[in-house]
Amino acid sequence: MDANGAAQPAGSAAVELSGATIAFRLAAGTTYTAVEDASLTVADGEFVSIVGPTGCGKSTLLNVAAGLLTPSSGRAAIFGRELFGLNRQAGYLFQADALFPWKTAIDNISIGLETAGIPAGEAHARAQDWLARVGLAAFAGRYPHMLSGGQRKRVGLAQVLIRDPKILLMDEPFGPLDAQTRQIMGNLLLDLWSADRKAVLFVTHDLEEAIALSDRVVIMSAGPAARIIGDWRVPLPRPRDIAEVKLERAFHDLHREIWQTLKDEVVKGYAQTGGG
Amino acid sequence: MGRVTLVLIQLLVAVVAIALWHVLTTVPVSDGKPLFPPFFFSTPIDVIERIVKWFAEGTIWRHLWITLLEAMLAFVIGSVGGVLVGFWFARQPRVAAVFDPYVKMINALPRIVLAPIFTLWFGLGIWSKVALGVTLVFFIVFFNVYQGVKEVSPTVLANARMLGMNERQLMRHVYWPSALSWMFSSLHTSVGFAVVGAVVGEYLGSAAGLGYIILQAEMTFDIAGVFAGMFVLAAFVIVIDGLVTLVERRLLVWRPAAADTRT
Repeated sequence: MDANGAAQPAGSAAVELSGATIAFRLAAGTTYTAVEDASLTVADGEFVSIVGPTGCGKSTLLNVAAGLLTPSSGRAAIFGRELFGLNRQAGYLFQADALFPWKTAIDNISIGLETAGIPAGEAHARAQDWLARVGLAAFAGRYPHMLSGGQRKRVGLAQVLIRDPKILLMDEPFGPLDAQTRQIMGNLLLDLWSADRKAVLFVTHDLEEAIALSDRVVIMSAGPAARIIGDWRVPLPRPRDIAEVKLERAFHDLHREIWQTLKDEVVKGYAQTGGG
Repeated sequence: MGRVTLVLIQLLVAVVAIALWHVLTTVPVSDGKPLFPPFFFSTPIDVIERIVKWFAEGTIWRHLWITLLEAMLAFVIGSVGGVLVGFWFARQPRVAAVFDPYVKMINALPRIVLAPIFTLWFGLGIWSKVALGVTLVFFIVFFNVYQGVKEVSPTVLANARMLGMNERQLMRHVYWPSALSWMFSSLHTSVGFAVVGAVVGEYLGSAAGLGYIILQAEMTFDIAGVFAGMFVLAAFVIVIDGLVTLVERRLLVWRPAAADTRT
C-alpha cells in the first residue's frame, strides 16, 4: 500500500478499514478483543449500515472510523489517506445525548461553524436555516432539556450536518426514540442525505431500519472478537419512504435472507450479555 | 397544598412558637416565677422592642453593612481562588495528585482555629473576617469546580472534539460552563459560609458587625440583645438566600428543574 496515498485511484473509498482489530487492556493484565480483523469499505456517497447483536463492537468500529480509537492492528484510511488522530472529514451523531446542555438549540448548531472560524453572525444565520430544515424553526431559543428526545436528535443532526462533513458516522442515533419518531427521523435523514449524498456509516441493532435506509447492510457476529460475517446490497429503489418500503416484497425477501445469518448471532449475543 | 395555605401555615408556626415563648417567660407558675426566667430567655416583647429601637435609632445599619461587606469580599475572593485552583488541578492531574493530601489536611482543619492567626496577621478590622470567610468559601467552590471540570460527560466531550474544538475552545465552550454550573449549584452553601465566616470572625474579636453586637450583648448578660441580634442575623441570611435564588434562576436557565436538588 502506498504510504502517501498519492497513487490511490481517483475513486478511493470514503472509509476503508482493513484488517482492523481492536483490543482493550483490562485491569488484570488480560486483554479483551472487541473486534477482530474487520475489513469494510464505504464508497463516497454510499449509505452503509452495520447491524449486529448487542455488545458486538459496532460502535467500536465506528469510533475507529471517527479517529476516536486507534486500532491495535490493521489500518483505517479516509479517502485513501491513512487516518492519524481525529477524522476531520467526518461528522458524528452519537447515541447518547451529546448536545451542550448550557447552549440553546441554535447555539448548539452554530458552534460547529464558530469553531471553524466563521463569524458568529453568519454562523447564526446558517444555524437558523438548519433549524428550519430539521423542522425546529420555532425552537431556536430552547435549551436541550426543554426539547423532546426526537427534537434533540434533530438538533444533533443539524449540529453535525451544518459543518458539511464528507462522511457521516451515526451510532444508533434513533435508538432511544419511540417507533413513530424513529420512522419520521429516518425519513428526515434520507431527505437531508439525498440532497448531497455523503458517505454514511450507520450503526444499528434494528435490521429493518438498516435495510430501509441503506445501500448496503453489513452484519457483525456476536462479541467478543466480533467479525464481519455478511455484506448485502439492498436492491430497493430510491427515493424511499421508510414506512412504505417495508411493505415491498424485495424488502421481505432480503430481510428473511439476512435474518438467517443474524439470528444465530443474536442468540449468542444475548447469551454473552445475559440478555442485556 | 396551595401557595397561600402554605404561607398561612408557615406564619402560624411562627405565631405559635412566639406565643409559647411569651407564655413560658411571662406567666407565673406555682412559686410566682415564670417557668423560663426572662433573665435567661428574655421575652418576645423585649426582643421586638430592642430590634425596633436598633432600626429606629439607625445604629444597626452600620453593623449590617460591615457584615455584608465582609461576606461579599470573602465570597468574591474565595470564589475566584476556588475557580482558578479548581481549574488548574482538574486540567493538571499531576499537580492535583501532589497537592491532594495538603488540600485534604487544610480542609479538615476547623477554620475557627485560624481566626486568632488571622487577627494577628490582618488586625481587628474587616480583613481578618474576610480571610476566615475565604478559607470556607474557597474549598466549597474549589471542590465543585474541580468536580465540574472532571465530570464533563465523555460523550459531550467527544462531540465537542468531533465538532472541531481545539483546547482553548473546549475550555470556553465545555469545561468552563460545566464548572460554572457546579459552582452555581453550590451558591447557597458558599454564600452561607461567607456569612458564617464574617459573623464568627466578628464574634471572636472586632469593633463592628452583627457578630460584634451579639458578643457585646452577651458580655453584659443582655439576653434580649443576644436574641435580637440572632433574629436580625437570621432575617439577613434569609434575604441574602432569596437574592441568591434569584441569581441562580437567571444563570441556570438551561438546567432542568429536577437537577436542582444538588446543593
